[in-house]
Amino acid sequence: MFVSEHQSKELLAQYDLPVPVSRLARTPEEAERRCAEIGARKYVVKAQITAGGRGLAGGVKFAATPSAVADEARRLLGNPLVTAQTGAKGEMVTAVSVEEALDLAESYYFAFVLDTRSGAPMLLASSEGGVEFEQRSQMDPSTVKSFLLESDTPETRDALAGFLSEIGIEQDPPTGILMAALRAFIDNDMTLLEINPFARTSQGEWSVIDAKIALDGAALFRHPEFESLAGKQGLSEVEMEAQANDINLVRMDGNIGVVVNGAGLGLATNDMVFDAGGQPANFMDIRTTATSFDIAKGVSLLLEEPRARVILLNVHGGGMTACDTVAEGISFAYSRSDRKLPVVARLAGQNADWGIRILKDRKIPVEVFDTMSDAVSRAVELAS
Amino acid sequence: MSIFVNSDTRVIVQGMTGRAGTFYTDQGVRYGSTYVGGVRPGKGGRKHLDLPLFDTVKEAVAETQANASLVIVPAPFAANAMIEAIEAGVETVVCVTERVPQHDMSRVKAALRQSDTMLIGPNSQGILSPGQCKIGVMPTVHAKPGNVGIASRSASLTSEILAQCSRAGLGQSTTVGVGGDNLHGVDFVDCLKRFKDDPETEAVVLIGEIGGRAEEDAADYLASVDFGKPVVALVVGRHAPQGRRMGHAGTVSSFGLGSAAEKTDRLRRAGATIAVNADDVVTALVAQNEAA
Repeated sequence: MFVSEHQSKELLAQYDLPVPVSRLARTPEEAERRCAEIGARKYVVKAQITAGGRGLAGGVKFAATPSAVADEARRLLGNPLVTAQTGAKGEMVTAVSVEEALDLAESYYFAFVLDTRSGAPMLLASSEGGVEFEQRSQMDPSTVKSFLLESDTPETRDALAGFLSEIGIEQDPPTGILMAALRAFIDNDMTLLEINPFARTSQGEWSVIDAKIALDGAALFRHPEFESLAGKQGLSEVEMEAQANDINLVRMDGNIGVVVNGAGLGLATNDMVFDAGGQPANFMDIRTTATSFDIAKGVSLLLEEPRARVILLNVHGGGMTACDTVAEGISFAYSRSDRKLPVVARLAGQNADWGIRILKDRKIPVEVFDTMSDAVSRAVELAS
Repeated sequence: MSIFVNSDTRVIVQGMTGRAGTFYTDQGVRYGSTYVGGVRPGKGGRKHLDLPLFDTVKEAVAETQANASLVIVPAPFAANAMIEAIEAGVETVVCVTERVPQHDMSRVKAALRQSDTMLIGPNSQGILSPGQCKIGVMPTVHAKPGNVGIASRSASLTSEILAQCSRAGLGQSTTVGVGGDNLHGVDFVDCLKRFKDDPETEAVVLIGEIGGRAEEDAADYLASVDFGKPVVALVVGRHAPQGRRMGHAGTVSSFGLGSAAEKTDRLRRAGATIAVNADDVVTALVAQNEAA
């Protein structure tokens, strides 16, 4: 769950991190008015999207005067911004942030993540901060150094200062700022806190020029303050509706609607579809807690997908999601829809025979296969 | 034989009185595993499914000599439940709970560092040694005792591969679900080390997926030892769209790590046989068997 730059900086300001003065604007006129509130010598206008790669894609523009700020805002607002991370359709810009532009003497990259091996917070740092960080670090990963932060003690702070000298920060290291950022990272259940660039201005002040925060969706139950952020997050309405029914659904571009239980089996099924020359309309993972009504909802979403020409049902029943539960869900969805797409089914595991009997008894237009490969081949054939 | 658990394993269930806890405890008992009690604060002294309930893990262990625990509690309470079991010295803790917050797992992993407990999960289907012990939520209809060890990040795919193995006459020593989350307990390397030393395991199947670096770590380990047993590896998600989370929390590639191609290349170079698709695993195992 990504948080916009503006919200990220507001959150970090609560932890006394130095962020430039900024205001949000949704129209060019508002952007111009905001300049008076900021009162800077020059400004920067930033498109508020959650994807990265914004700077290189023209989503960050400098402007010397308030009317130039309005011009840049006009260019960005209401248009999609395509960056290396958004995909071809881009992400719609509905707001810009107007900020005081600072003269930067040094730019660094910092990010806090949880180290998967130790589980401890880890600081990633590079002296190559700025818009081209991702390209440079992918070409040469050795420019990124890492440091584990298991606790906040005087020893940790000393070790952190030593670490910072490795990336070239010798004078006045920002250890206090980074420790405050660590507190923000932990308190708010962030999975990523990226500050890029973290810069020293020509006046020698440290500043968080851009920040990107990802929150742990699984921890939202203890952060009601983030509730308004949940849900959107680049998910389509269909995907959100599926989520609400215990089904992970990701829309794709093809014409084979896939109904699968489990993420791994879902990935495996889609791999086989592609290898057989087909194109899935979606990825699906029915979670183990899903009921037959949830599954019916997920299947209905696929039946409503105009591109879908066939439903490929690949289920390995287990525990509480036995095959009969899935078959009941399919039958229910079909009973409520006029679109009777052909079903190619491969059911195995718990109550597989029972599931097949349900599908046949309810007159679902189903063809049953024993192996995944055979079912996939038939689905691809029907879709083409 | 088996890894992590066997027919002597004595299991308690944290969260036994809940709907899922009741269902899966009953299934475990019916499968013939030794379940000896449950933990439910406030209900100590009562019974559920004919098994004694305790207020704390510590009491349950003292009274029942349990050496394994199944954690099947709602996500907000899962970390504390795991930590309670770790601090009570339970040897094997299996957590099937999904959506445990990552910073909670950070605390659990800190507790693990101070202990000898092996944690399986969270977001795992659990562990199954056919005919000996089942701790988890996996189906057992197709499970068969034998000599193939399976370690996997995916529950449903494990069941599928297991069924295919049994159908081909290849029974299983142990199947371990390491879980679908970024932060978890035992990983592929821990499983591989145990399988290497387990006399009954003659071949190993690794079921990986895009994202994270579990497969890369497994490849590094395999390259560093004389493993001595065939390893067949399947990495799913070759065609998944970049940067989208696909069901599992760990299924997003980042920082150049975690692509399927990178993982399979490294595993192949480390001596593993790559199964391109799920239906190729058994073929590869049978070929290895015949070559041996």
